[in-house]
Amino acid sequence: MAEAIPDTRRLYTKPQNLNDAYGPPSNFLEIDVSNPETVGVGRNRFTTYEIRLKTNLPIFKLKESRVRRRYSDFEWLRGELERESKVVVPPLPGKALFRQLPFRGDDGIFDDSFIEERRQGLEQFLNKVAGHPLAQNERCLHIFLQEESMDKNYTPSKIRQA
Amino acid sequence: MSFFSFGQSAEIDVVLNDAETRKKAEHKTEDGKKDKYFLFYDGETVSGKVNVTLKNPGKRLEHQGIKIEFIGQIELYYDRGNHHEFVSLVKDLARPGEMAQSQTFDFEFTHVEKPYESYTGQNVKLRYFLRATISRRLNDISKEMDIVVHTLSTYPELNSSIKMEVGIEDCLHIEFEYNKSKYHLKDVIVGKIYFLLVRIKIKHMEIDIIKRETTGTGTNVYHENDTIAKYEIMDGAPVRGESIPIRLFLAGYEMTPTMRDVNKKFSVRYYLNLVLIDEEERRYFKQQEITLWRKGDIVRKSMSHQAAIASQRFEGSASAEKALSQAKEDDN
Repeated sequence: MAEAIPDTRRLYTKPQNLNDAYGPPSNFLEIDVSNPETVGVGRNRFTTYEIRLKTNLPIFKLKESRVRRRYSDFEWLRGELERESKVVVPPLPGKALFRQLPFRGDDGIFDDSFIEERRQGLEQFLNKVAGHPLAQNERCLHIFLQEESMDKNYTPSKIRQA
Repeated sequence: MSFFSFGQSAEIDVVLNDAETRKKAEHKTEDGKKDKYFLFYDGETVSGKVNVTLKNPGKRLEHQGIKIEFIGQIELYYDRGNHHEFVSLVKDLARPGEMAQSQTFDFEFTHVEKPYESYTGQNVKLRYFLRATISRRLNDISKEMDIVVHTLSTYPELNSSIKMEVGIEDCLHIEFEYNKSKYHLKDVIVGKIYFLLVRIKIKHMEIDIIKRETTGTGTNVYHENDTIAKYEIMDGAPVRGESIPIRLFLAGYEMTPTMRDVNKKFSVRYYLNLVLIDEEERRYFKQQEITLWRKGDIVRKSMSHQAAIASQRFEGSASAEKALSQAKEDDN
């Protein structure tokens, strides 16, 4: 009457399609922040970074893109995401206002080690944000990542499948 | 207790008739310690003796009556003063008078209804106990003996599997399946997770068992969640078409049967929480309630007959007749 051993056999599963098993995964998304370049002269100098994106996610219009952005563009993106989406947006690397003060011993915000530190932080930030399913629906993210020039007067909206 | 050397005091203790043969079960106390108590089931008779031992030989003990009670009560920790008694039986052992010497009284609570399982939780406690009392003018002498009650069930007639497709549109679609919706405490959860669409970078997947204790009613409902188990079922990134098996043995975890709206005072429910974690530590989860029940061990002859008689008192005649004839068959 008592069954001592429960039946623990696996449930039936459909065999996997070999193309699915061995093909490229559907979650391919690579973002690099690299090649910092300081442009301009004197007090009007600023640093831009190259943002390179490679993906097979349908939500991105371009499967490969390459744009240049500066720190204030990242600040704009973060602000837009905080306001428009429900995402808890990760922090950016620091603004480093103290580095912009005069009479420093080093190159301030154009110091090589500082730029490298900032580049790493920006790359981490973008990877966190671009992989977020809700952030991917925001128009501002796609403008930032894939449009040559950013229209900061855009109309905020949600993106559906491209 | 007596402050003065004159006057009489007594010790009172309760001993069960079947103390030698009755099984004991472990039960957690409020401060987390584990103790063993005599185990009873619904319908069983509780019988024994109350020993009253006089402390000062030769002196008489004046009292206002000696009685023994069998009590089942619910105690909410935030409302300690009010005990909700759902079973309250009393037997008078002695009328008010004098006791010249130590005495022993027999008692029997026949086929006592014990509708709920003993439970000691975070915010509520349900317990059964015998309480023997010598009533006196100034202060009573009493002794409590806790017992533990388990509620048993049999294999449910209907036990459908849980199968559902969930996800985030265009990002992650999975179909999960658990082989049953009702599991006994020593059962195994057998299931699978089938990936229909994976556009996020999954790092690993786990299944958690969550116990939710709910106390209070109306607007004052309070849920206390406790993660009983975390069990990793997948490490690494799955792709479309992949199936991940689940095999989770429940016997390894300390759990109680599901208790729904006990005496309208509290509930204890269990949930399976399927959690996927991606490369950026984001968590995607789906919670699903399961019903837990306690399976009886092979029932001894005398107990099954007793339980059958008890069910005759409390259930409809049809099922009681069936129970009685089944008990007779088991006896043969």
